[in-house]
Amino acid sequence: MYRSHVLICGGTGCTSSGSAQVIDALEKELKKNDLENEIKVIRTGCFGLCALGPIMVVYPEGAFYSMVRPEDIPEIVSEHLLKGRIVKRLLYQETVEADTIKTLDNTDFYRKQMRVALKNCGVIDPENINEYIAYDGYQALGKVLTEMTPAQVIDTIKASGLRGRGGAGFPTGLKWSFAAKYDNDQKYVCCNADEGDPGAFMDRSILEGDPNVLIEAMAIAGYAIGASQGYVYIRAEYPIAVKRLSIAIKEAREMGFLGKDIFGSGFDFDLDIRLGSGAFVCGEETALMTSIEGHRGEPRPRPPFPAEKGLFQKPSVLNNVETYANIPQIILRGAEWFASIGTEKSKGTKVFALGGKINNTGLVEVPMGTTLRTIVEEIGGGIPNGKKFKAAQTGGPSGGCIPAEHLDVPIDYDNLIAIGSMMGSGGLIVMDEDTCMVDIAKFFLEFTVDESCGKCTPCRIGTKRMYELLDKISKGKARMEDLDQLDKLAHYIKENSLCGLGQTAPNPVLSTIRYFRDEYVAHIKDKRCPAGVCKELMNYYIDETKCKGCTLCARNCPVGAISGNVKEPHIINRSKCIKCGACMEKCKFGAIEKH
Amino acid sequence: MKSLAELQALRDKMKNNMGIRNDDEAKARIVVGMATCGIAAGARPVLAAFTDEVSKRGLNDVAVGQTGCIGICQYEPVAEVFMPGQEKVTYVKMTEEKARRVVAEHIVNGNVVTEYTIGANAK
Ligand SMILES: Cc1cc2nc3c(=O)[nH]c(=O)nc-3n(C[C@H](O)[C@H](O)[C@H](O)COP(=O)(O)O)c2cc1C
Ligand code: SF4
Ligand code: SF4
Repeated sequence: MYRSHVLICGGTGCTSSGSAQVIDALEKELKKNDLENEIKVIRTGCFGLCALGPIMVVYPEGAFYSMVRPEDIPEIVSEHLLKGRIVKRLLYQETVEADTIKTLDNTDFYRKQMRVALKNCGVIDPENINEYIAYDGYQALGKVLTEMTPAQVIDTIKASGLRGRGGAGFPTGLKWSFAAKYDNDQKYVCCNADEGDPGAFMDRSILEGDPNVLIEAMAIAGYAIGASQGYVYIRAEYPIAVKRLSIAIKEAREMGFLGKDIFGSGFDFDLDIRLGSGAFVCGEETALMTSIEGHRGEPRPRPPFPAEKGLFQKPSVLNNVETYANIPQIILRGAEWFASIGTEKSKGTKVFALGGKINNTGLVEVPMGTTLRTIVEEIGGGIPNGKKFKAAQTGGPSGGCIPAEHLDVPIDYDNLIAIGSMMGSGGLIVMDEDTCMVDIAKFFLEFTVDESCGKCTPCRIGTKRMYELLDKISKGKARMEDLDQLDKLAHYIKENSLCGLGQTAPNPVLSTIRYFRDEYVAHIKDKRCPAGVCKELMNYYIDETKCKGCTLCARNCPVGAISGNVKEPHIINRSKCIKCGACMEKCKFGAIEKH
Repeated sequence: MKSLAELQALRDKMKNNMGIRNDDEAKARIVVGMATCGIAAGARPVLAAFTDEVSKRGLNDVAVGQTGCIGICQYEPVAEVFMPGQEKVTYVKMTEEKARRVVAEHIVNGNVVTEYTIGANAK
């Protein structure tokens, strides 16, 4: 028995902020103090508070240390683990109260959250199946195989109201019932772990923090539709996730949760991983299946839908990682429990990857129907440097922006569509007043132009033309007709593209025009970028009255655009200036302005 | 895995190993004073004996922890036992053997080992 457990986040976020070195240092220090048989070190998945990584939690006290560095380890070991004195200086400051510590659940970041899909992330050791089992792991699979018929499983999922978390929000139970309907010698269950949206990392975090939940859920899906083989399609750029899932599959096979005659029920199911090389279009369901088959990942026309002819032309079900992560709990806690969370048409919770101009960047899970305001202001801790909220982008390159006027709309599938965005997979990027909406639209279009597979013309050429128009606008070279042209093109592409990539690509443009038309007009008519982002439309000036002639700017200008004598006001040569902003950053007197 | 019952048995066993990560469960807590004075007086082996005895007996809802100086340095090593719904009991001048007896009699059987308590020793 260990008298203390130390959990350290080994997710991708904390790993890149150095958690591996912290674990190393801790293990060495424990050994040095002869504590290795008393204190257990566990490498977990993501806790969600990535901005404060590396994160370390010590039980039984539940002390939550943030931004831990290897240099801090000797103090934590000798003070806390040996002598039992919590090192308050290193705690997550919000948990420190006068003489006690607050539990994590009571901090602003966690209080309004509800963890269903992320239930085990940051709680268990993802490389040890026994810890998953301790938290009721594989109970749902056992229940399904020994007490329920496939039809009952499907009915339960239907009754729960669960909808796909991969983007479109299709009812999961219904999808399973379609695939169950077709008789075939072979059917397949697939998992979409491609996660190509820039800024999204929910699925990765589930795979890294709780890989067994996916295995269990896919086996349940296999039983429900009558499939004996599953594939997880995961991008090779997620090495930690791939490793943990591989370990979990191996352990699950050894324990008999995968393989033949599971739970003595006669049901066989096995699972394999297929690596994708990171093309956004491969997240589209038909392209994904084509890619698993070993071909170039291009979409194919539907119908036939995958439920009828999917992978290898066999009836198949494809679901997103987070969708699956809800399944075992729906089975164990019941459809009514799940349906009691959320809004009328969107049940359960949603995980968001919170990023951009926000204090607590990280992973949050909230009940459907939570307002954007709660997420940004309370959970996210607001916007840094006292800046004002301008908009949030959901749904990545397929979605749209939500302006401040809609901060109080309860977030669910249908409300997001109504205000011109979409749930998408759950990327949520917060933008402040310094963000230019034309520039944002251009950023996403650039992404789709790159990622369009080129199979169909509206998407391949259309998105390129849209990008060119946006580029013209951002450079002050556009006319008002171009704005109409952009709008027309957007609708044409939406209606005529073969797959979801093209069909949704214009969304960021349409929604920014809808809410920030005046900003487009300012670029076109006044040749002005109100947020001061578009380089072509602004210039740097030195205010003679403030310039002390310290020469610092001139010495830092990479292209020698600044001239002037010592102690005399300097000037910027506009024809040489590349608008890098270095001078403005360096000037100690605030003499340099841009407009 | 052949049956649900087998899985449930495994779960219960595994859950016990992880018990201390559950911070809201009501459970007995043993706290050993581990400040410099305590360590100098031999608190380390006492702490280890508590952990060992609790583990041997499979008392997975009992947490063994440490704390700083309790302020009665002449009585070190000191251990405090907190049981749900009861007053805290302070044991003084602990040894490994005493620690094992406290687990057996106080934690398991609910009888305070009066002769080791601060009351019996403060003269
Ligand atoms: C271009 C494109 C990219 C997509 N990328 C993903 C992805 O990375 N992950 C995902 O789960 N779904 C993605 N989807 C949605 C899938 O096609 C599919 O709807 C989803 O995986 C179904 O699972 P669900 O019903 O559980 O949401 C993408 C769709 C399109 C059109
Ligand atoms: S819409 Fe774009 S990504 Fe989809 S098939 Fe056409 S070209 Fe390829
Ligand atoms: S913005 Fe950059 S290039 Fe222009 S003057 Fe300043 S330092 Fe030089």
